[in-house]
Amino acid sequence: MAPGAPWSSPSLVLAVLLFSSLVLSPAQAIVVYTDREVHGAVGSQVTLHCSFWSSEWVSDDISFTWRYQPEGGRDAISIFHYAKGQPYIDEVGAFKERIQWVGDPRWKDGSIVIHNLDYSDNGTFTCDVKNPPDIVGKTSQVTLYVFEKVPTRYGVVLGAVIGGVLGVVLLAVLLFYLVRYCWLRRQAALQRRLSAMEKGKLHKAAKDSSKRGRQTPVLYAMLDHSRSTKAASEKKAKGLGESRKDKK
Amino acid sequence: MLLLLLGIIVLHVVVLVLLFVSTIVSQWIVGNGHSTDLWQNCSTSSSGNVQHCSLSSVNEWLQSVQATMILSVIFSVLSLFLFFCQLFTLTKGGRFYITGIFQILAGLCVMSAAAIYTVRHPEWHSNSEYSYGFAYILAWVAFPLALLSGVIYVILRKRE
Repeated sequence: MAPGAPWSSPSLVLAVLLFSSLVLSPAQAIVVYTDREVHGAVGSQVTLHCSFWSSEWVSDDISFTWRYQPEGGRDAISIFHYAKGQPYIDEVGAFKERIQWVGDPRWKDGSIVIHNLDYSDNGTFTCDVKNPPDIVGKTSQVTLYVFEKVPTRYGVVLGAVIGGVLGVVLLAVLLFYLVRYCWLRRQAALQRRLSAMEKGKLHKAAKDSSKRGRQTPVLYAMLDHSRSTKAASEKKAKGLGESRKDKK
Repeated sequence: MLLLLLGIIVLHVVVLVLLFVSTIVSQWIVGNGHSTDLWQNCSTSSSGNVQHCSLSSVNEWLQSVQATMILSVIFSVLSLFLFFCQLFTLTKGGRFYITGIFQILAGLCVMSAAAIYTVRHPEWHSNSEYSYGFAYILAWVAFPLALLSGVIYVILRKRE
């Protein structure tokens, strides 16, 4: 690169490309998302979700349109329209008084609810969103299946059984170990208190021996008795342990 | 005593292998050209070259059989892992309770899976003539072996 030339051709080309990509880029297409298929039971209601992504801010002129194509039919009829903040639902067609608008443009949600399903509602629903000036985009379709009883999805029972049994077993094991740990700790605390009490009694007996002559024999007898019982119990436990080991 | 330890570990590993094979291999029910198991139905065409496999039905009972077989494998693996843990941390004279309990649970799971399958399998395949395949038999063999292994763990005491 020559030292005196501020603009050399590769950097100029790069600068022009960068400028054009930032300023002259066309508005990206609007993208609509719906479920792939939805299952419903006869007589109940079903929610058809519709969401979108747009490169522009949500304007006041945003419009949602839902179209319905019956199963095996060729034509799609429009059943719902939302424009300028006002929803317009079907009042003459097959979905008369059965559609409810539950979407909110501010949350990028254009969902509707269909009440009182019937077998004739099987078909494909198309959600179309236009957000001026962002109007170019693909619509998205959701297929509605109406059953007498909604079948459970595969894996629900599987996951429930595995998760349930594992959870119960692990919980039981944890609980057992927790209880045993607490019990052992309480045993240790009790043992410590017992030995401290005995040490205190010894100390007190030594102090009182000079003052009360008649009571000291009783105290000593108690101490001797307690110590002898403790020794006897220890000997008994040791004997049991040895016999058990011999049996194996 | 090393021999005893080795024998116990070998028994546990045999149970584990039986459980794995019986869960995965596709030979619970065999008929003429058809073979089904927990996960898919396979059928060979008459020429014997082409095999079509399709998923088994989505029935709740089949899912419960799948779940209990998977649970038995999980419990057996956990039991092996816990055995090695307890081998190094247990006090002298202690018993391998946790290991034994998990192994017994694995055996009970296999038994319930095989029992449910035996009762409900006509709902899941359409063969009129069939016989039980070797994976089904392995499941039933794994059940008493797992129980035996678990009971041995509960009786066993740790030496130094």
